[in-house]
Amino acid sequence: MNAKDPELLLEHAPLLQQGMSTPQAMRDVIYSLVPVTLAGIWFFGLSALLVLVVSILGAMLTEWVFSSAENKTESLWDASALVTGLLLGLTLPPGLPLWMAFLGGVVAIGFGKIIWGGLGNNLFNPALVGRAFLLATFPIAMTTWNPVSDVDGFFMVHATNLALPFMHVEPDAMTSATPLGLFKFEQEATPIINLFLGNTSGSLGETSGLLLLLGGLYLWWRRDLDWRIPASILLTVVVFSGILGLFDAERFPTPLFSLFSGGLLLGTIYMATDPVTSPITPKGAWIFGCGIGCLVVLIRVWGGLPEGVMYAILLMNAATPLINRYTQPTVFGRGKERS
Amino acid sequence: MAKDQNQNYEEFVKGLWRDNPVFVQVLGMCPMLAVTNSAINALTMGLATFFVLVGSSFLVSSLKQFIPKQVRISSFIIIIATFVTVIDYTLLALMPKVHKELGAFIPLIVANCMILGRQEAFASRNTVKLAVMDAMGMASGFMIALFTLGAIREILGDGALFGVKLFGDNFEPWIIMILPPGGFLTLGLILLCFNWFTVRKQQFLEKVAAAERSGA
Amino acid sequence: MTRDKADAANRPDGRTAAESEPGSLRLVATLAIAGLLSGVAIIGIFEVTLETITANRARELREAVFKVLPGVELMQKLIYKENKLIATNEQEQDELPIYGGYDSEGQFIGYAIPGEGPGFQDTIKILYGYKADTRKIVGMEVLDSRETPGLGDKIYKDASFVANFTNLSVEPEIIAVKKGKKSAPNEIDAITGATISSKAIVKIINNTNQIWLSNLPEPGQEPELLVVEEESAADTGRGE
Repeated sequence: MNAKDPELLLEHAPLLQQGMSTPQAMRDVIYSLVPVTLAGIWFFGLSALLVLVVSILGAMLTEWVFSSAENKTESLWDASALVTGLLLGLTLPPGLPLWMAFLGGVVAIGFGKIIWGGLGNNLFNPALVGRAFLLATFPIAMTTWNPVSDVDGFFMVHATNLALPFMHVEPDAMTSATPLGLFKFEQEATPIINLFLGNTSGSLGETSGLLLLLGGLYLWWRRDLDWRIPASILLTVVVFSGILGLFDAERFPTPLFSLFSGGLLLGTIYMATDPVTSPITPKGAWIFGCGIGCLVVLIRVWGGLPEGVMYAILLMNAATPLINRYTQPTVFGRGKERS
Repeated sequence: MAKDQNQNYEEFVKGLWRDNPVFVQVLGMCPMLAVTNSAINALTMGLATFFVLVGSSFLVSSLKQFIPKQVRISSFIIIIATFVTVIDYTLLALMPKVHKELGAFIPLIVANCMILGRQEAFASRNTVKLAVMDAMGMASGFMIALFTLGAIREILGDGALFGVKLFGDNFEPWIIMILPPGGFLTLGLILLCFNWFTVRKQQFLEKVAAAERSGA
Repeated sequence: MTRDKADAANRPDGRTAAESEPGSLRLVATLAIAGLLSGVAIIGIFEVTLETITANRARELREAVFKVLPGVELMQKLIYKENKLIATNEQEQDELPIYGGYDSEGQFIGYAIPGEGPGFQDTIKILYGYKADTRKIVGMEVLDSRETPGLGDKIYKDASFVANFTNLSVEPEIIAVKKGKKSAPNEIDAITGATISSKAIVKIINNTNQIWLSNLPEPGQEPELLVVEEESAADTGRGE
């Protein structure tokens, strides 16, 4: 057969198939999270592992209860509940009482997903719904951070982890502020190299910028994420905090610090890019990302809390249907007329 | 006479469950969400509403032939507002602490759509006796709903009921429960259970009916 | 009248104007009577409860003043007028009052100064006791606040935070420091997790001090305790 003899394709639309299914995408996400998860456990010890396991358990159990009530157990096996539980766990402080982590998993799936009608119908990222609920419900436990554990402390489980349900245990003396908290309340900057490698205190999956970036690159290579969203978020944060830095370099954090501190990378790569809750059009993705970037800097600099990635993403999730509506490309042949 | 008794009873009971103003008619949401952060606040609000609703239903029903149709709404509002002012000052004198917590929501009972709704829909077209029975039923239903919400929110949000600690000192309060979002969440969950129960009951009754038909 | 009839003719229930339409005089009269009766009822309840309500308020204020100024048994309202701090027992509200506290013999002990300012959620209202001779704050009470339960409400629920204000120097100004780092007499320990609420209290006191402290007379020249006030104190005490 030579080139002059073109093959005629006789197929009905859609002609392009993207060999991508929900379970496969979820598997990719899990693979890309392996290094971050292992690093979290390495830095924060057995406590981190327990928190992760329990929050995944909460999410999976809730999914199982509701899907078997409706005889739709297949959603249990596409691993989306597992991903939600894992992502929620990665945003929690390592010393969190396990029953709270469990409750967070239940709320993430119950209020974040099931109540909207299951995967694909939810307006907000389920993992962040779970975290937002926990932060509003247990503000003290959710902002009590443990320092990175040393080798001896690896097998030591924090007393706070083992609090009985509905109870709390006074934290041991070993608590420390996050880099963002240090900067906001004590005007104390953390070296960028620590933020990059991850040996600072914080949520158990947010500390290592390097591994998060690697995970993001893997997802991008596997075409699991829309690169416009992370690019626009990170660009906005860098530009916005750079401009602020021109005014008062002492008061406002540097662009690099803003980029690698707090949950920005974790939220940007794994939560903002959630295909269900982010805009579908390229233009919409840019608007969405810029919105998140601006909100993050605004909340961090002028808000009451040191960190604002979660609220920024949730707010822009709420704006997503609107963005989708206004960025829809005009139907071919209709010109500028709008219906 | 027995029929009368039955009807009185019927008018009273319907407000408690079948036509519950909060769970079924979804009326009076403003106080429902705003003041139910503790059992005592909820109960006080429920009692104040009870007093206003029963009082105004009684007056409206007894004065119905003197009130021209064209000014009925204004007259109802005057009557309701009078009762609200009375209860407002009474609470301010007798329970200043609770009054401070309830704040602007006592005067806002005037705007509770459930109260005006009962005057327009029931009290202005029925006998005094029926109107009072209806008002008592509806107000009790409202009070039960407020109390349920208030009790759940206080137990989870403060580990206490009527200020009595239930779980000891190490209880971790669910702060969100005493904040406004907790009101929305709890009410939403209660409505969910209520609807679920109603649908289940319906399905069950249909099943029974179908079985009877096929059996016969 | 003609408009009334036109309206009535359009009524859905189809009844004619003649049988259901009362004159507008009747409508006005009904509302007027209803309003009148309602007014009478409201005045009645107002009169009945006024005494208790005033007594409650006075008692609350007295309790707060006695709490922030240990050792005080009598108090009176002070206002700043014509560059002088004078005692008054009038009810007028146009001047910002502070309160002077005296022991049972009428000896001046200290001032109770109310202040307010923005907190984390809403305006916080406080009252604090100030002794002019030692230039120190000796007590603080939060009168009204809507701070977050469990966090910000520690500004009045956490005894160790309130204890910060029992012996606090106001010079040069009060500073909130991280818990456990208190080292100077003008510093207080902020509440962990409620830094904003803690700093709000400090800011309120500092701002109020700026308004008042320069206007207070030299120690020893405070306004005398009015005899009338003693009677009215006994008067308000009746509600207890």
